[in-house]
Amino acid sequence: MAENQFFVDSGKLNEKALANKHRLEQDPSYRTNHMEYMEGMERIESDIMDKVMSHMNDYDPDSYTAVDVRRALSSNRCSIDDFKALLSPAAAPFLEEMAQKAKMATSRHFGNTVYIFTPLYIANYCENYCIYCGFNCYNDINRKKLNYEEIEREMKIISDSGIEEILMLTGESRGASPVEYIGEACKLATKYFRNVGLEIYPVNSDEYRYLHECGADYITVFQETYDSDKYETLHLMGHKRVWPYRFEAQERALMGGMRGVGFSALLGLSNFRKDALASALHVFFLQRKYPHAEFSLSCPRLRPIINNDKINPLDVHEKELCQIICAYRIFMPFVGITVSSREEKHFRDGIIKIAATKVSAGVSTGIGDHDEKYNGEQEVDAGDEQFEIADARSFDEMYNDIAGEGLQPVLNDYVYV
Amino acid sequence: MIKINGTQIDATELPLLAYLEENGYNPKRIAVECNEMIVPKSQYANCILHSGDVVEIVSFVGGG
Amino acid sequence: MNNDTFMLGGKEFHSRFILGSGKYSLELIKAAVENAGAEIITLAVRRTNTKDTENILDYIPDNVTLLPNTSGARDAKEAVRIARMARELGCGDFVKIEIMKDSKYLLPDNYETIKATKILADEGFVVLPYMYPDLNVARELVKAGAAAVMPLASPIGSNKGLATKEFIQILIDEIDVPIIVDAGIGKPSEACAAMEMGAAAIMSNTAIATARDIPAMAGAFKSAIEAGRAAYLAGLGRVLERGASASDPLTGFLRD
Repeated sequence: MAENQFFVDSGKLNEKALANKHRLEQDPSYRTNHMEYMEGMERIESDIMDKVMSHMNDYDPDSYTAVDVRRALSSNRCSIDDFKALLSPAAAPFLEEMAQKAKMATSRHFGNTVYIFTPLYIANYCENYCIYCGFNCYNDINRKKLNYEEIEREMKIISDSGIEEILMLTGESRGASPVEYIGEACKLATKYFRNVGLEIYPVNSDEYRYLHECGADYITVFQETYDSDKYETLHLMGHKRVWPYRFEAQERALMGGMRGVGFSALLGLSNFRKDALASALHVFFLQRKYPHAEFSLSCPRLRPIINNDKINPLDVHEKELCQIICAYRIFMPFVGITVSSREEKHFRDGIIKIAATKVSAGVSTGIGDHDEKYNGEQEVDAGDEQFEIADARSFDEMYNDIAGEGLQPVLNDYVYV
Repeated sequence: MIKINGTQIDATELPLLAYLEENGYNPKRIAVECNEMIVPKSQYANCILHSGDVVEIVSFVGGG
Repeated sequence: MNNDTFMLGGKEFHSRFILGSGKYSLELIKAAVENAGAEIITLAVRRTNTKDTENILDYIPDNVTLLPNTSGARDAKEAVRIARMARELGCGDFVKIEIMKDSKYLLPDNYETIKATKILADEGFVVLPYMYPDLNVARELVKAGAAAVMPLASPIGSNKGLATKEFIQILIDEIDVPIIVDAGIGKPSEACAAMEMGAAAIMSNTAIATARDIPAMAGAFKSAIEAGRAAYLAGLGRVLERGASASDPLTGFLRD
C-alpha cells in the first residue's frame, strides 16, 4: 500500500532540534513506550478497551462475502457481525442500498434535521510531534494563543453571524493552554452560544468536571488510529503519544459529568476498515455502560497541511467514506454523525441527505482570523491553520443550502442542566 | 408466650431442638427464623426460645 | 453433547428450560423434570406443615439446581428474609426474587426488586430477579448484581404468551447478563418464539402444570425451546422489505 511522506524539515530548526527530530523519526528505541501512562495521567477501571480491541484484532474485512452483506441489509437489527460485513470490501457494490437503508434510519431518529456548528481555534501551540498534523511542534508555522479579549472578540463575530453552537479547540499543549485558560474560555463562550463543546488534549476526570462546570458539555477526542502499533509510528513525542490514556478520554469525560462525547479515527492513517470498526465499537460499548450519554462520530480524512501539500487520505476515497458513514448509521441509528469542512461541498450536500446530522460552517482552522474571514478585515498576526479546509461556505450559505435541499437546519437543540 | 408459625405457645422458655423433635420436624428439611434472624442449624441444640419470640419454621414446597 | 451452554452464578447449564414445580403433584415432578431435561427447578418457601410426611426435595433428582423463589414477599425486606431462609434450607445460593405488591394482577414491583437484588447480591446470592420488562430497571438490576434478568411475557399464570415481546427484545439487545423469559408463556410455540429472539432460557410452570398430560407437555416445551435456540444460532433468514426504491439514487454525488 502507498504511504504518505510526512517528514518535513524546517530551515528554522537549530542543529540540536533537527538531530532530535531525525532520531525520533528513524530510531524507534529513542521513543518512549506509548502504552505507558505518564505521571499525572489518571487510570480508570474499564473493560471497554479490551472489548473494542479484541473485535478489531479479530476482524478480517476480506472474509466477508456478498451473502453476509445481503443478510446485514435485510435484517431489522444490525449485529456487530452485520456491521463488520457492511464495512468490508464485499459491501462496495451495495453502496446505494446501504444509503437507502441508512437514510431510513436517519429519518426515523432525526427527522430531516441537520445541525450547524462552527469550530473556534483559540491556540495552536502544541507539545507533540504528530507527523501528519500542521500544529506539530516541529512544523514551522505562526503560533498564536488568543487572550481573553481576543477570544471574546472572535466569539462576538461568530455569534453575530447567527451561529449558536461552538466547538472550541486548542493545540495540545498543557503548558501554553492550561485547563484554567480553557475553562475561562468556556465561561466566555456561554455568554455568546447556547451549546459549548471542546476538542482539546485529554485530561483527567476531575478536570473534565471543572470544564463542565465552566459551561462545556461535549468533549471530542479523536483517537487518530486504533492500531496502537501504527499510532506509535505517527505520534513520536509528547503526551499524545500515550495511546491508552487517549482511548479512555471519553469515559473520563462522562465520569466528569459531560453530557456528550465525540469519537473518530483519522481516516487514511491506517487500515480504515479496522479503524472505522473500532471507532463505532468504542461508542457502542460505552453507550451500553453510560446509556444516558449522547454520542457522536466524526469521519475526518487526512488533509494537506502547511509545508506539506502532498498529504492525502490514500485509499479512503469518497465512496469508501460514504460506505463507512452508511455503515455507522445502520449499526447505530441513534448516533450523531458530523461531517466537517475537510470534505467538499458536493460531498457534504449529498451525505446530509443520507446519514450525516451535523456540519460545520463558517470554518477557520487558524487562530484569531474570523474578522478577516467573515468581514474581510485584514489581520496582522493570525496563527496558522491546522489543515486546509475543502468547504469554505459561510454560515448563511450553509443554512440556505441545507434549507434548499428540503432539510431543516437546526442551530441548537440543547439544555444545560 | 412464644409465637411459632403463627401459633401462640404458652411457655416462657423452650429449647428449640426439643420442640422440633417433639413436633416431628425433620431438621434437615427446615429453616428456622427467630425474630427475623436465621437460626443456623448448628445452633439448634443451644437455642432457647423465650417469651415474646416470634419463630418461623419453613421448608420448600412446589412453586414457580 | 451440545456445547451451547450458558452460565449462571459460575455454573454451566446445557438445558435452557427452567421448570416451575407449583400447582402439580409431587409424584409428577420427577417425570416432568426428566421429560423437560431441566437442570434448574424453582421452589417456594412456606411454613412447614408437620402433617406432611413427604418433602418435595425427595422428588427432585440430585443433579438439578434448585432455584428458590421469594413468592409471598410484598417488599424488599420480606424478599430478603425469605431468601435467607431458603439458603438456610441448604440447597445453594440461587434465588429468584419475586416481589408482588399487587394481588390482582400479581405484577412484580420493579423498585423493591432492585433493592432486594442489591442486598442479596452483596450477601453472595446468585440473584435472578423477576421483573416487568423495563430497560432502565434491567440496567439497575445488573448494576445491583443480578446474575440474570427475568422479564415477564404476560401476567403470571395467564398463559397469554409474549405480550411484552418488543420490550423483551430490547432487554435481549441491550443487557449483558442472560435474559430468561418468565411468566405467561402458554404454549411451546411461544417459548420457541422467545428463544428465536435470543432469550437465554425460558421459565415455565403453569403452562405445564395445567396441561392434560404434564410430563408430555414438559417434553413438548423442551423440544420447542431447543428448536428456538437452534434457529437463533442459525441466524434467522431475511425478511424482504418493500418500499426501498433505487429509482432516485442517493449516491450519485460521489466522485473519485
